[in-house]
Amino acid sequence: MSEHPNDLQYTKEHEWVRVEGDGTATIGITHFAQDQLGDVVYLVLPKVGSSIAKDSKMGEVESVKSISDLFVPLSGEVLEINKDAIDHPERINEDPHGTGWMIKVKFSDEAEVQLLLSADDYDKTLAS
Amino acid sequence: MSSDAPLQRTPLFSNHIAANGRMVPFAGWEMPVQYEGVLAEAKAVRTNVGMFDVSHMGRLYIEGTDSGEFLEHVLTFAVTNLNPGRARYGFVLTEEGGVIDDTVVYQQSPEDGSGERYLMICNAANRPAIVDWLNEHMGDYPGVTMTDFTTESIMIAVQGPAAAAIADGLCVGEEKASTLKPFGSMAQAVKLGAEGKLVEVFIGRTGYTGEDGFEFVADAADGSNLWDALLQAGVTPCGLGSRDVLRLEAGLRLHGSDMDTSKTPLEAGLERFVNMKKDAFIGREALVKQSADGLTQKLVGFKLLDAGIPRHEYTILNKDVQIGIVTSGSYSPSLDTGIGMGYVSSEYSVLANHIHIDLRGRPVEAEIVELPFYHRPK
Repeated sequence: MSEHPNDLQYTKEHEWVRVEGDGTATIGITHFAQDQLGDVVYLVLPKVGSSIAKDSKMGEVESVKSISDLFVPLSGEVLEINKDAIDHPERINEDPHGTGWMIKVKFSDEAEVQLLLSADDYDKTLAS
Repeated sequence: MSSDAPLQRTPLFSNHIAANGRMVPFAGWEMPVQYEGVLAEAKAVRTNVGMFDVSHMGRLYIEGTDSGEFLEHVLTFAVTNLNPGRARYGFVLTEEGGVIDDTVVYQQSPEDGSGERYLMICNAANRPAIVDWLNEHMGDYPGVTMTDFTTESIMIAVQGPAAAAIADGLCVGEEKASTLKPFGSMAQAVKLGAEGKLVEVFIGRTGYTGEDGFEFVADAADGSNLWDALLQAGVTPCGLGSRDVLRLEAGLRLHGSDMDTSKTPLEAGLERFVNMKKDAFIGREALVKQSADGLTQKLVGFKLLDAGIPRHEYTILNKDVQIGIVTSGSYSPSLDTGIGMGYVSSEYSVLANHIHIDLRGRPVEAEIVELPFYHRPK
C-alpha cells in the first residue's frame, strides 16, 4: 500500500508538491525519501524571496547516514520556508507530507506543473 | 575480495528480517544497518540496552605448543601473562608498523598447564588477511594450529547500562556475568528456546560502544534462539549505523577507516596498546624508529562548531590549506553536533586548536578536542 497521498504530486527526485489554486505550491520530500535517508539531523533551505529555477539546487537534507541535495521542481520565488523543520528536522521523518514540509513557492511556469507525477506514477518509479 | 562475490549471511539473518532490519552489504556480509532508526538505537544503548549481531567478525582458536610464544611474535601486546579468561586489545602489524588489524585476544589455556589455547577476535573484512598472515608466520612454531570457527558460531554484543542485568538474567549458573571485570570472560550455561534447552555460551565483558556490555559467543545452531531470548528480555536490536555512531562517540578507531597498513598505532594515537617492553614483535623496530624520528601526522578528534556532519575523506583545512583528511565522521546525539576523527600534520595536532572541515565546498569551523567524545556516567 502506498504511503504517498493521492492529493500530492511528485518528482523522480523524491519530492512532493502540493499545488494550490492561487499559483503557489508547497514542496517537501516524500515518505520514501525520508525512509531511505533515516534520521534527518540538518536541513538547509533557500532564503525567502529568492528566485529559484527548476532543477537547480535549493538546499540540503542531511541524515546521520548521508547528505542529499534538494532540487527545485518548479521555477519561481520562495515565499516561505519551514523554520520549524530547520529547528526540528525530525519532523521530516515523522510527518514528511505534513509538518515536515520545506518551502512554499509562487511558481512562474504552469507547464512545469504538468510534468509532475501522480502518486501512482511515482510509486511505479519506485517499483521499477 | 571481489565486490560481486555472493554475500554471506549470519545464522541470525532471519531474526533480522523478522525485526524489520534493513540489510546492506558490509565486508562481504549481508548485515542490518538499522531496524527502528539509528538515533533510537543509539539512545537504547546509551540509556538501557541494545544488541548487535557481530557474527561476521572473525573468531579464531590458536592453540598447541608455543601458541603463546607465536602470538607474542605477531601481536603488539602480551598474552602469555594474561590470567585465565582475561583478554587484551591491540594490533597485528606489518614489518613497517602498519596496522593489519586490531584484535582482542582471550587467554583460554587450561589452568592446570596441560596445554595452550587463545581466542582471537578480528574484524570481518580482515579475517582473510589475518588468517593468511598468521599462517605465513606460523612456520617457526610447528606445534601451533589455527582453527577459524567463525561460520560455525555466532557472536552477539549486548551493550548498555542494563546489559549486566540482562546477562545475569540469562545465566543459569551460580557465577554471574556481572561479576566479570572488563575484558574478563566465562563459560556459562543459558536456557534457550521453548523447551528450555541448556546451551553453552562464552561471555566476554567487552564491546565497541563506550558502554558496559558483553559479547556472547555460541554455536551457530543456538544463535537464533539466543537472539530471541535477548529480544524477549527487552533488548533493542541495533544495526551497523548506530554501532558506528556509538563507537565514534567513544573515540574507538575503526580499522579500514581510521587505520590501515599505511598507518601505525603511534599515528593513530593508540600507543597504549603497544607493549614496547616486549623485546620483539613484528613491527616493533619500525615503531622504535618512528618514535625517535617523530610523527609527521597524527589522528585527532574534532567537533564542529556549526551545523553539518563531517564524513570519511572530507578535507581538513587550516585557513585555505589542506592539512589533513577526515577518516570518520558522524552526527553525535550525545553532543548534538557533528564530530569526527582524522589525520592532520603533527604541528596542527594541538588540543583546542581551531581547524576547518570542508563540507562539500562549505568550510565549517571545528575544534580539536580530547578523545573520547563521550564518557559513560560513573
